[in-house]
Amino acid sequence: MRSEVPGPHHDWLDDDAGPVVRPYTMTGGRVQPVAGGFDLMAFVVAGPPSDGGEQAPPQPQPEHEAIVAMAQRPVSVADLAADLNLPVGVVRVLLGDLLASDRISMYEPPASRQFPDDDILKAVVNGLRAL
Amino acid sequence: MDSGRSDQEKVRRRIPIALKILIAGGFGVGKTTLVGSVSEIRPLQTEEVLTDVGVGTDDLYGVEGKRTTTVAMDFGRITINEDLQVYLFGTPGQDRFWFLWDELAFGALGAVVLADTRRLADCFPSVDYFERRGIPFVVAVNCFDGAKRFSIDAVRTALDLDPDVPVVLFDARERQSGKVVLVALVEHVAQRRGERVPAG
Repeated sequence: MRSEVPGPHHDWLDDDAGPVVRPYTMTGGRVQPVAGGFDLMAFVVAGPPSDGGEQAPPQPQPEHEAIVAMAQRPVSVADLAADLNLPVGVVRVLLGDLLASDRISMYEPPASRQFPDDDILKAVVNGLRAL
Repeated sequence: MDSGRSDQEKVRRRIPIALKILIAGGFGVGKTTLVGSVSEIRPLQTEEVLTDVGVGTDDLYGVEGKRTTTVAMDFGRITINEDLQVYLFGTPGQDRFWFLWDELAFGALGAVVLADTRRLADCFPSVDYFERRGIPFVVAVNCFDGAKRFSIDAVRTALDLDPDVPVVLFDARERQSGKVVLVALVEHVAQRRGERVPAG
């Protein structure tokens, strides 16, 4: 009996099994971000707020760079996860790395449950109607 | 450095106001259709780590709780203008994903509960959830082809809704119809805002 050679017809590589590389491989198996909370509606902007030199995150992944590239304009955590096609949990770990190495700034939504004022609600209603 | 500070201020001013609206209701009631008809819809994966200590902690010994489950949600964004965006999240339908709801509900402007009159009971859990948390919601009855149409009053009675909760009949496939539902929610929020005294 000859041994299985991994290849296009390998048992693991079928649609049902999904990707062989599990998403958390790119975080080194970490499931908790080293820094930050990262609400789905938090906004990420590339660029360090401090003067400190940029340090690469430990074991930087291409996804780290992809996030920095996408965050040249403010982008929400939910948008990042959807556009990168990565689970939110993975994106949070990657954002934690970038935040810890000052490569991004985070803007969390207001912590208190506060309804926006009437002007904003009016603008939303008018905007929706104009869609 | 002064220039650095003013740059930061510039960035902060560019952060849009983002409002979150949840789209809830039973399985197959038209959540995906609604999100897709009013916004550019994309799937959002929340690979969640199951850390429920109540479930046989022995099982988790040595694997450091890295048991995950993937839940795909519908996610859509409506750009009102550069500074104002509305985010739609279709809540996961199955009961075992209720733990995801709390994160989604945090800071939400309000919710749309979709109802199908053929399976009205499917939306009871959603109605309960938002009522208990004081999150403003509207009930949108998706009028499927061939579905027996009930009057708004009949639905209101069946769901035992507070009189101020709007009930809207609509068709999730129609963009105009979906917009009417979202507008009804935002107007409801505005109205409640005027009357409401935050509970202790």
